[in-house]
Amino acid sequence: MAVPILKQGDVLIASIQSALTDVDLVSLRDALVNRVSSYRTRGVIVDVTALDVLDSFASRTLRDLAHMIRLRGATTVIVGIQPDVAFAMVQLGLTLEDIVTALDLEEGLAFLSVRPKQ
Amino acid sequence: MRESELPKIPQRPSFDETAAALLTELVAHLREHRTDLRQEWAQRITKAKLLTAMTEEEVFTEATAVYDQYVEALETGTFEALQAYARNLSERIIPRGVETDEVVGIVLLLRDVLARSLFSKHQHDFAKLDRILDAYEPAANRIANTVAVGFVQERERIIREQQEAIRELSTPVLQVRERLLILPIIGAIDPHRARQLTEQLLHGIRATRGKVVVIDLTGVAAVDSSIANHLVQTVEASRLLGATVIVTGLSPSIAQTLVNIGVDLGKMNTVGDLQGGIEQAERLLGYKVVQMLQDDASLTH
Repeated sequence: MAVPILKQGDVLIASIQSALTDVDLVSLRDALVNRVSSYRTRGVIVDVTALDVLDSFASRTLRDLAHMIRLRGATTVIVGIQPDVAFAMVQLGLTLEDIVTALDLEEGLAFLSVRPKQ
Repeated sequence: MRESELPKIPQRPSFDETAAALLTELVAHLREHRTDLRQEWAQRITKAKLLTAMTEEEVFTEATAVYDQYVEALETGTFEALQAYARNLSERIIPRGVETDEVVGIVLLLRDVLARSLFSKHQHDFAKLDRILDAYEPAANRIANTVAVGFVQERERIIREQQEAIRELSTPVLQVRERLLILPIIGAIDPHRARQLTEQLLHGIRATRGKVVVIDLTGVAAVDSSIANHLVQTVEASRLLGATVIVTGLSPSIAQTLVNIGVDLGKMNTVGDLQGGIEQAERLLGYKVVQMLQDDASLTH
């Protein structure tokens, strides 16, 4: 299932609506990394509220996505990780260490809006 | 205990028919003398100073109900109704301080009252008495067992519920300012409490949109390495939810444990005491606390 990518000002928002296969995740990553250079995008928000599971592949893909987007000149925020998912990830050692996370979409947008333009 | 888990009544197959007939006769006898036997039972309960928490009328009412259930269980050989009644009764009398030995005591008294009545009825026909007791004893034992087990299970259920309540109270997540939570922990942390703490904190962050959390460990003397590790994981999980955790009041012993497990100090934001932690949290959230100008007189009031 393809994930819709919305543009809100200079931020791209990818709102995941249902469980994703590994292939879906990789195509989401590629789509975001491609789109980030258009419209002078400054930030990318990936909303994972709908995900009940974030396994090692998904975590790694999200981390890669964030790193690739940083190299393309924008900041990524992962928002909406569920409490149980968060603790399961930590127990598996998937802590998304150098990636910004926020409670929900609103928080993610707030974080991006206070950062000065690069 | 389910019916299937109860020990089966050992029955001699060849006597099945006779046993059933005897039980029918027995039940008829108990029905016939219902008033006397019930009365005698209630009196013996009072005399034995059982169920002192209840009034005599209450004892008599309950005795009537138990007696009828008892006879019915004897007659039908099914214990569900009795079991349900025992549970219901326990629920009512446990809060009034009725003890296990009292419940076992009254059931055994009833068993005794009924057995005596059978003795006096069949005292001239010893062979028949023997057969009647053969039919009566296993069923009566099973009834006593059912009631006692029902009572104990009800008690255990109450204890479990209370434990659960105590645990929940033991890890309060408090909101002290908009988006600032504090989690004061007092007393030893066992693995169960640690799990509960994490769960309450993470759900609390989500429910109140917490941005900064102060975990105060002033009241915790020491933790073992697995609990320390769990705390570190809780801090990291909170970060995944977008919240910053400040840990305050680490005792020397906990500090040593954290160093021993090789915690990454870059991830742990620690402040000496709760006050310092709250001040830092307020700074992170952009609060500025200003003392109002006031004269000494208003302070003393």
